[in-house]
Amino acid sequence: MTQALRLTGSAAIHGTPVFSQVDLTLEPGTWTCLLGASGVGKSTVLRLFAGLAEEVSFDGQMTDPGRVALMAQQDLLLPWLSVIDNVLVGARLRGDRPDKARAQEILAQVGLADHAGKRPSALSGGQRQRVALARTLMEDRPVILLDEPFSALDALTRAQMQDLTAELLTDRTVLLVTHDPAEAARLGQSIFIVTASGLIEVAAPDGQIPRPVDAPDVLHAQANLLNKLRRPR
Amino acid sequence: MTGWRAGIAAALLAVTLWQMVIWTTGVARFILPSPALVAQTIWDSRALLAEHAAITMTEVLIGLVLGAALGFVSAIALVASPTARALVRPMLVFSQAIPVFALAPILTLWLGFGMWSKIAMALIIIYFPVTSSFFDALMRTNRDWLGMARVMGASSARIMWHIRVPAALPGFASGLRLAAVYAPIGAIIGEWVGASKGLGYLMLLANGRAKTDLMFAALIVLAVLTVLLHAGVNKVCEKTLDRSEAI
Repeated sequence: MTQALRLTGSAAIHGTPVFSQVDLTLEPGTWTCLLGASGVGKSTVLRLFAGLAEEVSFDGQMTDPGRVALMAQQDLLLPWLSVIDNVLVGARLRGDRPDKARAQEILAQVGLADHAGKRPSALSGGQRQRVALARTLMEDRPVILLDEPFSALDALTRAQMQDLTAELLTDRTVLLVTHDPAEAARLGQSIFIVTASGLIEVAAPDGQIPRPVDAPDVLHAQANLLNKLRRPR
Repeated sequence: MTGWRAGIAAALLAVTLWQMVIWTTGVARFILPSPALVAQTIWDSRALLAEHAAITMTEVLIGLVLGAALGFVSAIALVASPTARALVRPMLVFSQAIPVFALAPILTLWLGFGMWSKIAMALIIIYFPVTSSFFDALMRTNRDWLGMARVMGASSARIMWHIRVPAALPGFASGLRLAAVYAPIGAIIGEWVGASKGLGYLMLLANGRAKTDLMFAALIVLAVLTVLLHAGVNKVCEKTLDRSEAI
């Protein structure tokens, strides 16, 4: 994806405004982070890019992102399929030929090579989310939408998943929606706070992502973001 | 007490109560035969009972398979097409307001005295529970799965086959469990209205000749076979269709 994705406008659901005067540009090959409390419409932005916002009336303009890949808070693994079949579910749903060798390779990348034949119910929450990541990688899209993908995980697993995801999704255009200032400070290359009256851009800390959890500027950025979340004006 | 132990205990309790009614009221044996007499009749008439039971169970099994298949296909069609849903669902519900007993003479008229009128009765009686429970399960598919499939570029047909149907199989299984108990009712009604074979026919025949013990024997054989059918269907469902971990 060489072209930036831009979304400008307002949205409402059944007449209730969700966000207004949003002007968001996703630069190609970077991680853009939308940070906000629940209910401010950050997921709606993501669903618009995903083409899943049929109940939303959107008034504005948006670059068509083409085919995207989506990873959400719930792993959305199909319980009747094995781990590897869950990774291959996109091909199955499109009627494409499943590339088992590549799926096995990606499972190895996320550290689940030995679990390919298991059912999702036999895995821990963190492992299931790694399968969801593998499924997202298998889709191999230039634009990746991450909808609070780590918020259901415990602190340690969350940090590991952030590292792994950032490592495996470098150079992609990523939109990460989160309510966690620490996550935004670690992973955002451009960071926006979502408020009812639009987006506020906040300078991201320096350094490659994933940034270390204990670096002073990351911690400082995290505190700054939390303050801004509490007092958006 | 679990499973079969509880079942045996319940059966023993029922037999005891039955025997006590006979002892306390002194009712004539052609009104209410004793458990021992019925057991004796079951043994003495085992060949006769087996012959008629085989007919009834054949009707039940064919009705069950056809009704389940028809219900499976109908539920998918109703979910896939909003037009079909709008047109057919009210008809389905209305059809349930017609007592199945009332249909039996018509089916006998149309399909004759042989097995097919009974198979049709069994099919009609199980069609609604199977269709309805599978339909409800298909409509309850996790919306996030559907969204994910659409983002992945899946067609509606593939979403149906790879996500909705497998996710709804436990609902289909609960329809089948009901069907296993209802199907024999349909076959027996069909046999009452007009037949020359089957447990329902045997019951009417025995009743007409005041052979109450044989009637009870046929009734018990039918009940036991129905329980076994339900247990069998339950087992198959547990092995293949149920998924406790389904979201």
